[in-house]
Amino acid sequence: MTHRDRAQSHHGGAQTGVRRAERCRWRRSLAPVVRHGLLAAVAIACLVPFYWMVISALKDNSQIFAQPMQWWPHPVRWDNVLRALHYPGFPFLRFLWNSVFYAGLVSLGTVLSCAAVGYGFARLRFPGRDLLFALTVSTMLIPAIVIFIPTFVLFKHLGLLGTYAPLICPAFLGNAFFIFLLRQFFLGLPQEFCDAARVDGAGEWRIFWQIMLPLVRPALLVVALLSFIWTWHEFFGPLIYLSDRSQYPLSLGLFAFRAQHTTEWGLLMVASTLATLPLVGLFFCTQRACLEGMTWTGLKG
Amino acid sequence: MAATRAQQARRGGTRRRTARAGLLFVLPWLLSLLLFTAYPVLTTLYLSFTDYNIVQPPRWIGLQNYRTMFTADPAFWTSVGNSAYYALLAVPLGLAGALGLALLLNTRAPGMGVYRTLIALPVLVPPVASTIVFIAMFDPDNGLINALLQQVGLPTVGWLTDPTWAKPALILLSLWGLGASALIFLAGLQEIPQALLDAAAIDGAGPWQRFRHVTLPLLTPVILFNLVMGVISSFHIFTQALVVGGTTGKPLESTLMFMVHIYRTAFRYFAMGHAAALAVVLFLAVLVVTLVIFQSAPLWVYYEGNRGSHR
Repeated sequence: MTHRDRAQSHHGGAQTGVRRAERCRWRRSLAPVVRHGLLAAVAIACLVPFYWMVISALKDNSQIFAQPMQWWPHPVRWDNVLRALHYPGFPFLRFLWNSVFYAGLVSLGTVLSCAAVGYGFARLRFPGRDLLFALTVSTMLIPAIVIFIPTFVLFKHLGLLGTYAPLICPAFLGNAFFIFLLRQFFLGLPQEFCDAARVDGAGEWRIFWQIMLPLVRPALLVVALLSFIWTWHEFFGPLIYLSDRSQYPLSLGLFAFRAQHTTEWGLLMVASTLATLPLVGLFFCTQRACLEGMTWTGLKG
Repeated sequence: MAATRAQQARRGGTRRRTARAGLLFVLPWLLSLLLFTAYPVLTTLYLSFTDYNIVQPPRWIGLQNYRTMFTADPAFWTSVGNSAYYALLAVPLGLAGALGLALLLNTRAPGMGVYRTLIALPVLVPPVASTIVFIAMFDPDNGLINALLQQVGLPTVGWLTDPTWAKPALILLSLWGLGASALIFLAGLQEIPQALLDAAAIDGAGPWQRFRHVTLPLLTPVILFNLVMGVISSFHIFTQALVVGGTTGKPLESTLMFMVHIYRTAFRYFAMGHAAALAVVLFLAVLVVTLVIFQSAPLWVYYEGNRGSHR
């Protein structure tokens, strides 16, 4: 390339630069509009099924499937709520309590066990630790059904079918994913605290319970919330282990109701709303921790 | 000299003490690994070579379950086909949608927090509830979705009542929950140093080039993670399919997913041996696909400080 060529191309570059700047300005003023437009469309798509579920809970079938759609129920069928809550054979308030009990205990057991185990993996050296931890991570690849078939047989022989024991007890022994998550947090804590406490003669349990645990409180909250939400959603376990309807959690109760009353749409929507609203309430009370938790699930790999 | 030896002894004592404490701390998990991982995995493997209906003791039949599965169980191939169809569409669409959404959210403009909250909401709805809501909205005659399609002049379809459209409808339902992976992508995007993007802009890279040559390569580890998680979870789709199609995969076995087939074999027909063989196949499928994805990682995943592997 000769010197003049280069000069020309440089000149041309300046011109396209000006043109590009104009295009950029145009784009910069348009971009936020497009961005908000698209995001609003996605947000509406996310919300419509939600809104539809809640208003349909207050409609009868002809209103639910009316054309065009009634965006506000007219008349409002408040009696749906009472009918659903007192439906013969389907004690939805009982299901609600069962869900709270089930998810609450699993969440408690998970936090307790995973905090201790995660701490052990992060801060205490023992033979075989790293191998055991690698093994723990790799168990996350095992499909749940591989575990369910023999444990079902095992709990059947123990006479524990039809109880919550098979669903709750394993949580008190730990969960690979949450152990992994909490280990990460314990690894991030400064070593000096432990050393100082050890010099002062504190035992390992006291160091864990009184010094380290309070430092990872935000992470414990996230583990408690995620495990509560996931257990609330859990369907397969209750489906195979529970037999008496009065024991069902909401997911399973809703499934059983739908199997028998396929066309009671208003009541199905009351029950669906009942199964969803407690989690939405929990979400808004602990929004930051919840959103953080959903992001952290990305730190798994 | 004596003092050093005493010190060493003390240090050794401390080490032994922490080792003992460490084992005690992980003891519950050790029990769980033995009782709820090692024992079930080995038992499933063993049961897969037996005929077992829970009531009578298992009877060894060698490879019979596997032979039946591949040659005399048409539902096996149907359910494998259905699950593969679902995974092949739901995973790429979910990844692309979540990435697009994360890119839109990745700005300091006001209002992003609100959008982030709103797209996280569908994740909260229990799968049984969201499926029931979608069944009503997908109603072919009076459902909301067909009404909206009609309003904009598009043809309507039978959705969950039509064998050709039941799986696409399930995929749309899965896309409703893509907010979770969008949040993961967003966290990845926010870790990309602004300086790199600025440097690229100064060098004259347009928005597309910056995305293609800076953002996308730096995001590949997150894509890898979301890809693996997406594939595994789509192989496991169960609740939504069972609520829509029951154990027979209505309409016409079009929603008979592999997990539904395993479920009915194990807990409806109590053919535990055959179900164990199906579960082993699922395990191997997950393992092989995950290994293939990880093996392919050096070709397309960018790891910082390891430029040789990236072009």
